[in-house]
Amino acid sequence: MSVLSAAFVTVFIATVIAQAMPLLLASVGETIGEQAGVLNLGIEGVMLIGAFSGFVVTLATGNFWLGMLAGAVGGVIANLAMLVLNVWLGLNQIVIGLAITLIGEGLTSVLYLQNYSKSSTSLGTAPELHIPFLADIPVVGPAIFQQSGIFWVSLLLAIAVGFFLAKTNWGLSIRSAGQKPSSLDAAGGSVVKIRSQAVILGGAFVGFGGAYLAELTTATFTPFITNGLGFIAIVITMLSRGRIVFVVITSFVYGLAVAIGPALQVLGFAVPADVIKMLPFIVVILTLIIFARSSVVPPALGAPYTRGAR
Amino acid sequence: MTPSTAPDVISLRDITKAFPGVVANDHISLDIVSGQVHCLLGENGAGKSTLISILAGMQQPDAGTISINGVPAAITSPKAAVDYGIGVVHQHSTLVPAFTVLENLMLGETGLMMQKKRAAERLDELSELLGAQIDPHALAADLGLGQQQQVEIAKAIWKGSRLLVLDEPTSMLTPQAIENLSESVARVKAQGLAVVFITHKLREAYAMGDCVTVLRGGRNVGHISVEELATYSEQQAQDAILRAMFGDDLKTVGAEDAAELAGATESTREIRSIDLATRPVRLELLGVSSHGHGRDVEVDDVALQVHEGEILGVAGIDGHGQGALAEVVAGQRSASSGTVRFDGKDVTRLGVRGRQQLGLRYVTDDRLHEGTVGSMSVALNLVIKRIGQRPFWRFGQIQNKAVDQEAARLIAEYDIRTPSPATRAGTLSGGNIQKILLARELTHGARLVVVNKPTYGLDLKTVQLVREILIDFASNGGSVLLLSTDLDELVELSHRIEVISRGRIVGSVTNDGPGTAEKVGHYMTGAIEGVQA
Amino acid sequence: MITEHSRARNIVDGLVRSILPVILALIVAGFIMLAMGSNPLDFFAGVWTYGITGGNWQRSLVLMAPLVIVAVGLIVAFRGQLWNLGYNGQYLLGAVVASGVGPYLFAALPAWLATLIIFVGAILVGAVWSLIPAILKARYGTNEIITSLVMSFIAVGIVNLLIKGPFKDPNTPMPQTAVIPDDQLLPYIPGTEIHVGFVIAIVLALVAQFVLSRTSFGLRMDIFGASPKAARHVGINSTWMVILLFALSSGLIAFAGSIDVLGQYTYQRANWDPHYGDAVMPFVFLARLSPLAAIPLVAFYAILATGGTLAAQQAGLNVDFLLVIVGLILIFMTITEYVGERRRLGQSYLPPGLRRTLVRPFDGMRGRKSS
Repeated sequence: MSVLSAAFVTVFIATVIAQAMPLLLASVGETIGEQAGVLNLGIEGVMLIGAFSGFVVTLATGNFWLGMLAGAVGGVIANLAMLVLNVWLGLNQIVIGLAITLIGEGLTSVLYLQNYSKSSTSLGTAPELHIPFLADIPVVGPAIFQQSGIFWVSLLLAIAVGFFLAKTNWGLSIRSAGQKPSSLDAAGGSVVKIRSQAVILGGAFVGFGGAYLAELTTATFTPFITNGLGFIAIVITMLSRGRIVFVVITSFVYGLAVAIGPALQVLGFAVPADVIKMLPFIVVILTLIIFARSSVVPPALGAPYTRGAR
Repeated sequence: MTPSTAPDVISLRDITKAFPGVVANDHISLDIVSGQVHCLLGENGAGKSTLISILAGMQQPDAGTISINGVPAAITSPKAAVDYGIGVVHQHSTLVPAFTVLENLMLGETGLMMQKKRAAERLDELSELLGAQIDPHALAADLGLGQQQQVEIAKAIWKGSRLLVLDEPTSMLTPQAIENLSESVARVKAQGLAVVFITHKLREAYAMGDCVTVLRGGRNVGHISVEELATYSEQQAQDAILRAMFGDDLKTVGAEDAAELAGATESTREIRSIDLATRPVRLELLGVSSHGHGRDVEVDDVALQVHEGEILGVAGIDGHGQGALAEVVAGQRSASSGTVRFDGKDVTRLGVRGRQQLGLRYVTDDRLHEGTVGSMSVALNLVIKRIGQRPFWRFGQIQNKAVDQEAARLIAEYDIRTPSPATRAGTLSGGNIQKILLARELTHGARLVVVNKPTYGLDLKTVQLVREILIDFASNGGSVLLLSTDLDELVELSHRIEVISRGRIVGSVTNDGPGTAEKVGHYMTGAIEGVQA
Repeated sequence: MITEHSRARNIVDGLVRSILPVILALIVAGFIMLAMGSNPLDFFAGVWTYGITGGNWQRSLVLMAPLVIVAVGLIVAFRGQLWNLGYNGQYLLGAVVASGVGPYLFAALPAWLATLIIFVGAILVGAVWSLIPAILKARYGTNEIITSLVMSFIAVGIVNLLIKGPFKDPNTPMPQTAVIPDDQLLPYIPGTEIHVGFVIAIVLALVAQFVLSRTSFGLRMDIFGASPKAARHVGINSTWMVILLFALSSGLIAFAGSIDVLGQYTYQRANWDPHYGDAVMPFVFLARLSPLAAIPLVAFYAILATGGTLAAQQAGLNVDFLLVIVGLILIFMTITEYVGERRRLGQSYLPPGLRRTLVRPFDGMRGRKSS
């Protein structure tokens, strides 16, 4: 197959999108939490729970939209642990995050192997949305404008979050909760309330991202399907410093890094699967080395807020 | 707010608030009347801040009531306080450094969208009142302290308040900026707002206040009404306030010292003069610039000398490179250029431990997180700078007996009040933690000590004790590099005063008579406002 | 004054705090099993049968060897407040030094020398691998959780590539390394089937305990962990400290990997990852970062894991269920800590009179429970 073959390019672009979207959604979710001062290290577990919930519901109902919704709900439920233990009781975010990751990994793996290991688990393809005219553009049309409606909704949601963070009073409150919670408190806002909202909304996005991974990217669920994607989302969040546009761009760069491997294989280069798996992480660590100075996190990140504590 | 015919009255009655181990407010009652500046005077720990937190809705009183014009008001949260029209400028900035001025002002608004345009208009309105023009799009972090304070005041009266509370607003300002502040306060008062002005300096109280309430040990121990204050001569007012502030301690402290501690009078030098020409130079900085990783202000091309037996003061607004100067002398921060000489020896390349052994010591201003390890025992904290040294460690192993002996000795010598040497240092009071630092740094062959804000946040008795310790140390031939933001303290203790601004030494004053404070303030202002000094 | 009575009470408190979260986690895990249609009692009986009875206790002790060393490695980092979460990769790197280079060394050198070289090599590889997170942390304050995790994923990839490539045993189609013959492996403790790695691990824990609690180095570490600012103030070089602690931690975890291969596994398959660090982490916290206290807790987990593998299959579950138990222990640990911390603050801050009124809620709860 030649590099210039239309079908090849179409598949390549579609792969980039498919790989980028789960990460994008998860990073947006993590960004909301992080801007409010809650570092959710359990994102890997939350994604898995979202992916599994989405998978189960879509497998049972055949409806992809319901599956995505279930993923978001699963993400919110998983994040409730963070909400109660960290935001309300002020316990260690790192330890709770690890616990959520472990429980998410263990629970989804056990449930999957117990219930679905012997049956067919392919979800098939989601119904596509042909956008008039644009979908007929050669090469690009089939890759971008014949996506499932879920893709467009996801993009819109991400942009909406960016808008809300930057332009609304609610966004201002979220950011102040991460920058200097005592200021929000003194200004009459409620740090606990704002952080609770951020954790719930963040959980919904991360779960949604997990569901996207299971429903649209892989069309099935396998144990440990995220394979560190959650941690990459944390890195992207840190580097983006709350700017959603940056989250979108870096997510697509990640999608590119992942899509290059299979593309090279198609082109006849023998790229070992392990290298393909490693590549995003190598890109991430190189980015961290180069931009070490700019991976700034909100000053109050990870610190539970107690009024008047010295 | 338009001035109404009958003045608003906010009445506090029997406000009581206890914390574990201390009653911070003990049946405090007072009336705050619109169109008046009500000064709240008291030393650190007198209960001023607690009373303010209660007014601001940050804390709830255990007992007592607050009413506004006779109607009981339940200030259950900061939001409730805002709704009642109570605006508070806290002692520690509540601005978000990474936000612009406008964003800071809009924080706490309810509607969905941020309304930048309307906010900018409101800021314009308030600018006139404050007498300051502030760039609405500047980051709060980039503003000077005086401007930050103006923004805080604008924020406090943002929604049209009836009461403006200023908690120790002058503690970080130059004499000239204090002047600006008092003009702003006068304009705010003229608008018909009530102002509560909190200070621990007596002379500010009657320069700005229409009436004065004195707090001591959580109690309201004296009130001078508007009428009384108007009839009192300055001396009468001072005596009345001092009696209230010190109570029975007035005799032990002595009336003159008390007046000085309370900031009633211009401070005068308390240390014996020495002939610097005959004293050898102990510490010398030659063109030193510092280099750190943080965002602190670094020192830039600093040259200074400290002689044997001399206390050299360094004056400046907080955050103008004092931390870097202290650290570059102590060896905690590396010098990117220049030379540090100690007793004639080049110590520029020496680290903290090397300089410590030569007798160069450092009492940091961050007592809780830098100076001590709160989770470790008092005893360990007393030897923490001599880790690995005999007799406390042998072959890398700790010798508990030797540590305990040394701890017992220092605890007795410096009168550190601790339940036992094994008590965790973090549980002690600020004054006792400061005594741990002084004991540790001044023992075992100290020759020069750098002290950064040595009395900040301490109660008056400890303040006096700390100053005496430093004076004694200097009289016995020790040298002191005293960094402080408290001009009175510098005038009282120093032989000479250098003025630091933006990391550079911008002036030097010999402390040999009245007028020192003005000269220092002149250099500080000149350097900051860009006026020729 | 500290009385004997209150000291005894402190010890009891400490024990309760270490054990209570485990018990609560097991109870909740039992309910989860019920919800999944498995019988928790069968599972726990299975843990007992396959983890302790017969000669099975010996298998549990063999598992303890790497676990204890990993625990010490984690303690070294955590004491300095460094979150080294790259343990999976570090462990596998150490293991692959033994399984990949081992066969060549054993063929050329006497067994004791080859073993020594492997151990040193594994430690060095682990230490070097930690340099990037350590330097980024020390120099720019980059969050080490993320960097160490990312490096771990890269390490897993490299190890797999090595096992499928240069270290692959040409005599088998499977992607795995050559099996190291029995007589080259670590010897058994006489009279048992437990290799001497177990002894090494216990000795290591004891040495670590001594260094951490009695020496000037241990104190410097604790100061650094308590407050980097205070550490700088007393003249501790924080850059060096971060790099040293990271290297020690990572080196020890890699050492655990090499001991595990030379003592137990004899070869390494691609895509194999025992996730020891994840499992050990809660117990390290429950031991309050004391190597000595970690030993019995790790022993408990070794039994749970050894017995649980078979028991889970019998109960119709999967080994990954152990992850759920471990996660639950972490959660109950933070909750216990929350309640305990409140109580301890009450004890040390308050004068006796005030204390009674403040602690009463808890007294009331206790009263209700016991009556």
